[in-house]
Amino acid sequence: MFASFDFDVIWRTLPYLFLEGMRFTLMLTVLATVGGVILGTLLALMRLSGIKALSWIAAGYSNILRSLPLVLVIFWFYFLIPYIGQWITGASRPMAVGAFTSALVTFTLFEAAYFSEIMRAGIQSIPRGQQSAGYALGLTYWQNMRYVVLPQAFRNMLPVLLTQTIILFQDTSLVYVLSITDFLGAASKVAQRDGRLVEMYLFAAVVYFAISFALSRLVKRLQARTAIAR
Amino acid sequence: MTYNWNWGIFWEASPEGTGNYLDMLLSGARWTIATAFIAWIIALAVGSLVGVARTLPSAWANGFATAYVEFFRNIPILVQLFLWYFVLPELLPRAAGMWMKQLPNAAFWTTAFGVGLYMSARVAEQVRAGINALPRGQGMAGKALGLTTAQTYRYVLLPMAFRIILPPLTSEFLNTIKNTSVGLTIGLLELTGRARSMQEFTFQVFEAFTAATLLYLLINAVVVVGMRVLESRVAIPGHSVGK
Repeated sequence: MFASFDFDVIWRTLPYLFLEGMRFTLMLTVLATVGGVILGTLLALMRLSGIKALSWIAAGYSNILRSLPLVLVIFWFYFLIPYIGQWITGASRPMAVGAFTSALVTFTLFEAAYFSEIMRAGIQSIPRGQQSAGYALGLTYWQNMRYVVLPQAFRNMLPVLLTQTIILFQDTSLVYVLSITDFLGAASKVAQRDGRLVEMYLFAAVVYFAISFALSRLVKRLQARTAIAR
Repeated sequence: MTYNWNWGIFWEASPEGTGNYLDMLLSGARWTIATAFIAWIIALAVGSLVGVARTLPSAWANGFATAYVEFFRNIPILVQLFLWYFVLPELLPRAAGMWMKQLPNAAFWTTAFGVGLYMSARVAEQVRAGINALPRGQGMAGKALGLTTAQTYRYVLLPMAFRIILPPLTSEFLNTIKNTSVGLTIGLLELTGRARSMQEFTFQVFEAFTAATLLYLLINAVVVVGMRVLESRVAIPGHSVGK
């Protein structure tokens, strides 16, 4: 069955697959996670702020984005970002945006909707008495969040945030629909050029599996450790 | 913005020659619903079996089910779809491979099965969580009454477990609908794919995507309302599960 296989094709294209493809995938994953967590935390704070308008905007944002397939959202932003860029800079024509920037903005905005739900649960897991205590000590809202609530919320939610990051890592493969050279895109380009679909897609599956599985094991160990600490 | 809006585009004839662009999108929505429906049946059936296997005392069943879940959870859905569509027919004996490639609506069946198996691992985790959420005494009480393991699951554990996990199952069903959109990469003309081709024909990007967005939100709303009704229909008086 494997006799006609050409595993050498993987060896030959390894630098391209990892230095170009995987680098893109990992950079996108890390930067979109950082951006998504920051924006998601702000959305969660808006949602819980008690100011009706802010709370509605945050709820609408995360509910609508979470109802749409990522593929559709990728298309939306791919076409929308040049116009937003034009609007911000006041240029006379839609701004030219590179593939990486476009993907990064898309994933940051999309994942923020999911991270905001996680952070909302994290903030709500902190007893309200702690915030009241903070106010009684004379802390402002932002000091309260910065020194009392958010550090604990982050720690409680760390395993869930990391699990979402693993999902994000897998989701980045969907930039394939824009013909971007992420890891899967690179594998797919080699597969089509050399007519080696079987080898390349099997290899891509093995690599994604190895990384996701190793990360999910780490999260599990982390979870076990934080569970004891509490 | 320098974009030319044209909301009348939906009533212009589409190049497919069988109606206007609105019909084209609605036909996409029907494919999305059909694909999601079959995928969900597969996900529920296989996911329930695997989820139950993960709670069985047998180490062998447990190991197999764990490996199953890890396999389907740790590979991106798009890669899984490519494995089923491009790789599997090559690995099978020649005749079987040819049969798969020549299947009518191959993209539809591949997406339905691919998404179904992908989601089955997630359903399995929910089923396992639901069974583990029950007091251990329930299973033991079943045994004490002389029920076999199968009967204990059928009459004691699963009826309550499924009621407990109905809310998370609702979101897994919504995820199934959303995930069918990856089918466009292998040529399935579902809703997102239709919106994309409408954009390519007309250049009216934002009208096409707005319509697709509204259709997805509508499908979501119908599912959420339907599941709420189901939840209250099957609720057992006195057991306020999930409230």
